[in-house]
Amino acid sequence: MTQISRRPVLSLLAGFALAPKVALAQTPLRIEITEGVIEPVPYAIPDFIPENSAGGQYAAALARVIANNLTGTGLLREIPSTAHIGRITSFDAPVQFPDWRAINARALITGAVRVNGQQITVKFRLFDVVSGQQLGDGLQLDGRTDAWRRMAHRVSDQVYQRLTGETGYFDSRVVFIAESGPREARRKQVAIMDQDGENVQFLTDGSALAIAPRFSPTGDRILFTSYETGFPRIYLMDVATRRRQVVGDQPGTMTFAPRFSPDGGSMIYSLSVDGSTDLYMLNIANGQRWQLTQSGAIDTAPSFAPDGTRIVFESDRSGTSQIYVMPLQGGAATRISQGQGRYSTPVWSPRGDLIAFTKSHNGRFHIGVMRTDGSNERLLTASYLDEGPTWSPNGRVIMFTRDEPGTNPALMSVDITGRNLRRVPTPGAASDPAWSPLLP
Amino acid sequence: MNLITKAILLVAALALAACNNPRGGDFNDPLSGSGGITSSALGDPNDPTSIAYFNQTIGDTVNFTVDSSDLSAQAQTILRTQAVWLNRFPTYQILIEGHADERGTREYNVALGARRAARVQQFLIAEGVSASRIRTVSYGKERPVEVCAEQRCWDANRRAVTAVSR
Repeated sequence: MTQISRRPVLSLLAGFALAPKVALAQTPLRIEITEGVIEPVPYAIPDFIPENSAGGQYAAALARVIANNLTGTGLLREIPSTAHIGRITSFDAPVQFPDWRAINARALITGAVRVNGQQITVKFRLFDVVSGQQLGDGLQLDGRTDAWRRMAHRVSDQVYQRLTGETGYFDSRVVFIAESGPREARRKQVAIMDQDGENVQFLTDGSALAIAPRFSPTGDRILFTSYETGFPRIYLMDVATRRRQVVGDQPGTMTFAPRFSPDGGSMIYSLSVDGSTDLYMLNIANGQRWQLTQSGAIDTAPSFAPDGTRIVFESDRSGTSQIYVMPLQGGAATRISQGQGRYSTPVWSPRGDLIAFTKSHNGRFHIGVMRTDGSNERLLTASYLDEGPTWSPNGRVIMFTRDEPGTNPALMSVDITGRNLRRVPTPGAASDPAWSPLLP
Repeated sequence: MNLITKAILLVAALALAACNNPRGGDFNDPLSGSGGITSSALGDPNDPTSIAYFNQTIGDTVNFTVDSSDLSAQAQTILRTQAVWLNRFPTYQILIEGHADERGTREYNVALGARRAARVQQFLIAEGVSASRIRTVSYGKERPVEVCAEQRCWDANRRAVTAVSR
C-alpha cells in the first residue's frame, strides 16, 4: 500500500517543440560501457528549476543525488556549476548550446521541480550538447515528497539508459550486515539502504549474530542466517513489515547460505549434518524439500541461473573449493573453475552471461568473473580479503566485502571491466552486501 | 599447587564467568534474542568435577590445519583426556563449537566449522561418550579467539571447542 502510493509515476512530456534541430548528421552521444572507456564523458547538471517556492528545497538536492549517481559510474565526469557559463532559467526555454560547448560539456541535464503539499513533480531533459539535440523525450515523475530520492534515482536510470543503451541500476537497494563491537564478539545486524548509501535502516536488533542476507527477485523479502537459537538457521523476512519466520529448519542440523529461486517461490540453501554439507531446495509456500547434492563434502553458496534451469555452487569434493554447475533437479555437476587457487561464492549475473566469484590464491583474495562455462576468467580486484560478490540489477557492477587488516570491513563496488573501484558509503563497518533488483 | 597459583586460577575462572562466555552456557534452553549465549558458574578450577577444571586443566580446545578437519596426534591426546573426564561425569551436556580462521569465505567457513565440530563429536563418541549428550554448532569465522592478520592468529582460530554445561 505504502509502496504503491510512494511509487513515482513516469510520463512523457508532450509537446516538446523547442529543440533546435541541427541539420548536420552527427553521431549521437553514446557511451559504450563494455569498451575501454579511458576518459569519462563531461556533463553538466545545473540545479533543477523550482517551479514554485515549495519546490525550492529540492531543486539543488535532486541534481546532487543524480550527479552523485552518474559521476559514481566512472563513465561520466561532472563539470562543476562554478564553471558554468550558461544559465537554465526555464525548463522549457531553448538551451543555449554554445554556452555548454564552451565549457566542453558533452551532455546536459536540465530539470524542474514543483511541490504541492505531499506531492512532488520532477521533470527532466537530457541533451547532447555537441549535436544540440535532445536525447529521448522529456520525462515527468509524480509522487510523494518522501520518495524524492527515488525520483532522482529514476532520473539517473533514465540518463544512464539513454547514454549507454543499458538499463540503469540506481533505483535499487542494498541489504547488508552492519558490524560493530570487538571482532571476538562482533555485533552483526541485518541492515538495508539505498544503493547510494542513504536511508539506512536496521532490520534486526543485533542481539543475535546474523550473516549473509539475500533479496527476493522482487526485492520485498529477504533471506538471512541468524544464530538466534545459538545455532545457524535461515529466516525469511518481509522487508516492509519486518515480519519473519524460520524456513528450512530441521532439528539437529545447521542451515545457512540461502538464496531465492528466480520465481521467488523456492530457496536453495546448505544443510550441515554430521559434518557433511549438502544443497537442498525448499518450496517456501508448502515446505516441500528436495536434497540436491550428496557428495559428503562441503557443497555451499548456491546461486540460480536467472532462467532457473541451472544452479552454480561451490564444493570441495575435489579437495579444494571449486565452482560447479548442475541442473535444477540436482544430479551430475560440472566443474567450471579451472585456474589455480580456491574458488568460492559463485553468483550468476542477472544477464545470465557471467558468474562472479571469490578466488583465493597465493595469500590474496580476488573478486572475479568468468563465463558460465568457466572460460575467460578475469580477476577484478585483489586484497588481503575480498569476498562475497553481488550483482547490480543490470549486471554491470559488482559490490562485495573488503576486509583489510587494521581497518573495518567495508562495502566496495567495481565495474565488470575492473575499473572504477569505489567504496560504498555505510555508517560503520559493513559486510555481506546483496543488491536488490530495480525497484518496481 | 601453591596458594598464589590457586588464587590466579580462581581469578581467571571468575573473569571467564563474568564475561558471558558461551562455554558452560546452557544451550538446551535456547533463549530467543540472546544469541544462545548464557552464563553459568564455572566452579573452582581445583575441583576436578568443575567446568573450569575441564576448560583449563583438561583443555577444551583442539586446533586444525588450513581447510582440514584432521585430528593431529596432539589433538587426539586432548580429546581422549576429554572423553575420560566426560565419561566420569556423565551429567554434563556437551556442545562442540567448530571455528575457522578468516582466510576463507563466510559460507565455506560455516561448513568447515561444522565439519570440524563433527569430527570431534565422532572422536568423542568413539571414545565412549554418549552421542545423546553432544550437540555441535559452527561459528565459521564469526568468533575468532585471536585477532590479527598473522599466522599465529589464524592457527589459533582454526579450532573446535568442547563446551560443557550442566
